[in-house]
Amino acid sequence: MGLIARHLEAIGIPTLCMGSALDIMEAANAPRAVFTDYPLGHTTGKPDDPQDQYEITRSGLEAFQTIREPGTIKNLERIWTTGDDWKLKTLDDTKGDERSSRDETPRYQFEEDRVSAEGS
Amino acid sequence: MKPIKYIDMIRDRYSRLGYPAYKWYRAEGPPALTPLKKPLAESKVGVLCTAGTYVKGQVAYYYKDDTSIRAIPKSTPVSEIRFSHLTEQYLPAARKDPNCVFPIEPLARLEAEGVVGEVADELFSCMGAVYSQRRTREELTPRIVERFEAQNVDLAFLIPL
Repeated sequence: MGLIARHLEAIGIPTLCMGSALDIMEAANAPRAVFTDYPLGHTTGKPDDPQDQYEITRSGLEAFQTIREPGTIKNLERIWTTGDDWKLKTLDDTKGDERSSRDETPRYQFEEDRVSAEGS
Repeated sequence: MKPIKYIDMIRDRYSRLGYPAYKWYRAEGPPALTPLKKPLAESKVGVLCTAGTYVKGQVAYYYKDDTSIRAIPKSTPVSEIRFSHLTEQYLPAARKDPNCVFPIEPLARLEAEGVVGEVADELFSCMGAVYSQRRTREELTPRIVERFEAQNVDLAFLIPL
């Protein structure tokens, strides 16, 4: 995402990257970034929590106006839960490769999506 | 507890599994910073989400360096929004409530409230797990640029999975 952001910015389109992986965001050095310390998969908020999603999205957009130094990562200081259970589970070193297999077959969320897009 | 260091975690996990080290993108030099052309409340917002968002009826993404993009009308009902992305383990929340990574409803509210001038008629998505930086540069980025330029957006709001 940082690569795309830097390119858009260079051709004159201001960008802002949201994100929850601080070290990856630091490595990518996007022009403007907003960090939320949530588990990956919740970049703009918790499920079924419209207020959380609204506040994060709004804070992200408002950072377009407040970030002045290129490469700034603004931390929203939001807390997922009071404990660190989710971080311990994420770091669990007994996990293997959790990725899906890589090939060129479209991966539909539902079989009905495949029928809808490709016919039966 | 401090933020998780994903690069270290992933490197350690895959090296234990015997895979060669993944070469993370590291930016060379500081980024450019383009000043906003107008206030946020007057700006047209372009959106790109790399979570592999598609609408029921569209072809889903494949997982080996798919550099295609999907245009998702901003009027799309949330019930028709789907996701396919190589790291499916991060998708359960979005598949339950798409706004977790594809904030189509918060954006509509921010537009209605006048926080932003307008949200572009179509939001864009792609499948962010393209391992080839060359293909990201030569195939994916030009597609995004072309669509944002055609929309004449004032700024681009970027949301990874």
